[in-house]
Amino acid sequence: MEQTLINSMGSTMGFPILSTLIFLPVVGAALILLINRANESLAKWAALLFSVATFLVSIPLFTNFNKATHEMQFVEKHAWVPAWNINYHLGLDGISILFVLLSALVAILCVLISWNSVKMKSKEFFISILIVESAMIGVFCSLDFFLFYIFWEAMLIPMYLLIGVWGGPNRVYAAVKFFLYTLVGSVLMLVGIITLYLYAGRNFDIVALSKMILPYDMQFWLFWAFFAAFAVKVPMFPVHTWLPDAHTEAPTAGSVILAAVLIKMGAYGFLRFSLPMLPEASRAMSPVMIVLSVIAIIYGGVICLAQTDLKRLIAYSSVSHMGFVTLGIFAMNVQGMEGGILQMLNHGIVTGGLFLGVGAIYDRTHTRQISDYGGVASVMPIFSAIFIIYTLASIGLPATNGFVGEFLILLGGFRASQWAGVLSASGIIIGAGYMLWLYQRVFFMETNQKVVGLADVNAREMAALLPMVVLIFWIGIYPTDFLGFMHESVRHLLERVNDGSARGISVAHNVFESLK
Amino acid sequence: MPDLGPIMPEIVLTVLALLVLVADLVIKRTETIGLMSIIAAAVVAYTMQGAQGVAFNGMFISDGYSMFFKMIFILNLILTVLISVKYIKIVRVNFGEYYSLLLFSTLGMMIMASAGDLIVLYLGLELMALSVYILAGFIRYDMKSNEAALKYFLLGAFASAFLLYGTALVYGMTGTTDIRGIADYIARNGLANNQMLLLAMIFIAAAFSFKIAAVPFHMWAPDTYEGAPTSVTAYMSVGPKAAGFAVIGRVFLVAFAGLKVEWSAILIPIAILTMGVGNIVALSQTNIKRMLAYSSIAHAGYALLGIIAGTPDGMASVMVYMLVYAFMNIGAFAVIIMLRSGDFKGENITDYEGLAKSHPLAAGLMLIFMFSLTGIPPTAGFMGKFYVFMSAIQAGYTWVVLIAVIFSAISAYFYLRIVMLMYFREPKETVELASSPAIGLALAVAVIGVLVIGIIPSAFVNIAKMAVAGF
Repeated sequence: MEQTLINSMGSTMGFPILSTLIFLPVVGAALILLINRANESLAKWAALLFSVATFLVSIPLFTNFNKATHEMQFVEKHAWVPAWNINYHLGLDGISILFVLLSALVAILCVLISWNSVKMKSKEFFISILIVESAMIGVFCSLDFFLFYIFWEAMLIPMYLLIGVWGGPNRVYAAVKFFLYTLVGSVLMLVGIITLYLYAGRNFDIVALSKMILPYDMQFWLFWAFFAAFAVKVPMFPVHTWLPDAHTEAPTAGSVILAAVLIKMGAYGFLRFSLPMLPEASRAMSPVMIVLSVIAIIYGGVICLAQTDLKRLIAYSSVSHMGFVTLGIFAMNVQGMEGGILQMLNHGIVTGGLFLGVGAIYDRTHTRQISDYGGVASVMPIFSAIFIIYTLASIGLPATNGFVGEFLILLGGFRASQWAGVLSASGIIIGAGYMLWLYQRVFFMETNQKVVGLADVNAREMAALLPMVVLIFWIGIYPTDFLGFMHESVRHLLERVNDGSARGISVAHNVFESLK
Repeated sequence: MPDLGPIMPEIVLTVLALLVLVADLVIKRTETIGLMSIIAAAVVAYTMQGAQGVAFNGMFISDGYSMFFKMIFILNLILTVLISVKYIKIVRVNFGEYYSLLLFSTLGMMIMASAGDLIVLYLGLELMALSVYILAGFIRYDMKSNEAALKYFLLGAFASAFLLYGTALVYGMTGTTDIRGIADYIARNGLANNQMLLLAMIFIAAAFSFKIAAVPFHMWAPDTYEGAPTSVTAYMSVGPKAAGFAVIGRVFLVAFAGLKVEWSAILIPIAILTMGVGNIVALSQTNIKRMLAYSSIAHAGYALLGIIAGTPDGMASVMVYMLVYAFMNIGAFAVIIMLRSGDFKGENITDYEGLAKSHPLAAGLMLIFMFSLTGIPPTAGFMGKFYVFMSAIQAGYTWVVLIAVIFSAISAYFYLRIVMLMYFREPKETVELASSPAIGLALAVAVIGVLVIGIIPSAFVNIAKMAVAGF
């Protein structure tokens, strides 16, 4: 049947590779739980072992993925709660696959960078990391809306603990704020999900729901219900205020997970749910979304110029960069959308890298204030070299991944609306301003007393920092390896969104059209 | 001689409860009495197997619906006994009557769930209520416990009077107290718009709202929950509430089925107020028992959504919700009870500071119960809320559910505060835990219940659906 056909396309010989990816970290977490507190140092080795194993299991996804189809691959489907017609349904397409790989990679780097810096309750720390990993992979693999929601919400628990237990001085405030913001958004989405489920005759199947045609009124309200959850996660202006606090106060690994993967889930939500399930509403709302994106790009960038805290600056730069992502997605053309997806990956790599770098130096100095640094390049030359690569990739210099993504987004943005393109291009200039100024204040200028005599990065830290450098150049020089994954899926999605037969194009959309 | 089969579990429980009462005279060790009451509960659960049917001309109905609730009552009873054994010694009220009162009140709840007649309903309700009044005041030397019992008794007496007055009016209008008879009479004579009947319904709604602690009939709950012995608080936050929902289901969905529009108009504001007051006032509590009292009020509000839906799915969702609530709430109270050792009360939420460091297992369990009460997957609390919300949305009450989810998000703040204190703070003083194998068993049952229903809810949902089908 269809099922077996799809299975043969993502040829893993019937091996439940996605379930393995989701549950291997959980097994690791359970084993760590059993470790005696006297042997607590075993915890990090176990975490490393299981995160590496998970990553190795994920490699066949990269090699066996069939790029010629938009259909779901590596599909697994079992009845889970028959009473409510809920299935344990997993699968990947060109939009989700890269984020599964990214999640698996980021988990390893998080374990490595936290190796010596987590001294208190390290057992619980590594358990939390592994559970977050499994929930992240679960979010990207779910093809059942209910299952998706379970992973989406379940992730809150370990993230809340990561920020609240191992975070900075203001961690409790940041953890509660993060939790409440996300929860309010999520429960509103839940009402939307249930409405959709009942309308579809008690069906949570994402693939089936993405083929339905809903009345415009319903699409409109569902769009905003989903927006509540996804916009908070992205985070879009004006619901971004949890992000600077959470990113700043989280421990290094928490910031990396937040920046690299967690906030991608919001943009992924728009791509996986809002656009295909609510195409007319998405199209009608795209002007609003583009305006919010442009505000985020510029406002996020300008705020960065005023930051005195390293992590807070990078956190605000995420608001700006994620603005590019949502701009690309809601430009609703091939360049914009592919650029948006690629930029999600890029931002994960670059900002993940920046937070890893900040973590490495924070372990040495225990300060996040930019004014406490200066002249780091003279004491930590290798680290400085790696960090400048991250910085330039963040700015979007050609030959780095940031350039490819932002270029495509701007191309798509211009096609959608010229003024949006022009305004967001200025965001890149602001980006160059704050990132280069940051680099200058931290690595050049007079050597600050606090950084004198710091040891350069060791082998473990190199292992954590270098994979991102490789990816920066790989995507920057030969993006086809990555864009190739998404062509078919993006084409299919855009066909759905821009379907000429779709009804109910709004007045707002027409006004927007005439502006072009 | 009528067929006593359907009422056999209640007869068995009556006999066993009396036996326990007498045994207290000869057996000095109260642990043995506790064990006897658990065995009694198990025997009753066993006799329930063959007890399907109707007795006394429809006055007593033993169907799937009542059995589902009875299983909740028995679970509630067993878990309460397990958490009580050590606790009642610590608070120096180690008397055997405690257990027989638990048994008698459970008997009352079982009769309520099976009531096919408003008079039988009243009998069960009074048996339950009188036993729980005494239990609430069981710590005789403690003024707060006395206050708890007195408040509960006085307001409970009013509620009973309301119920009787409502019943009398219904009898006056329809000439019967039989629940199906009332429904038939209303349908046959087109009484749906009758003012007198509406008044009767309002009285009955008020009485039941009192039992489930719904706003504005919740005033007794915080003081009573705080003052009563903690084990009794656990018991009455689940049992009487579930029994209240069992009779609400019968009376509103069967007897007053023809007045759905009218009672929805009454219950919707009650549900919204209940969720609102419960969740918002809980935010400012510093005593954990009081906080859970307001949380218990709020949960009654969520469960009311299932009744408001007025569909079989809605009723099934209420039943699942009560089961879930039994596991997570008694679980939370079991942890609270362990903090009480010697003269240290452990009732201030600040007593939980740093618990994760000194007692990681207890803190971990409390974390699960708190997340479940918030309704975060993969815990049972989420599945319960999901089902209730789904039924209400299906019945067209999306706007009420929107209000409910917002309050549910607000509730995260006070539940998480406990987690925050346990995990994010350093312990101020060393807290001794009064753990015992019995409490350990209760906690194990509760946490397994919370996780199993949270991960594989199917079986429980199907049982509830089947139970409602025959009702």
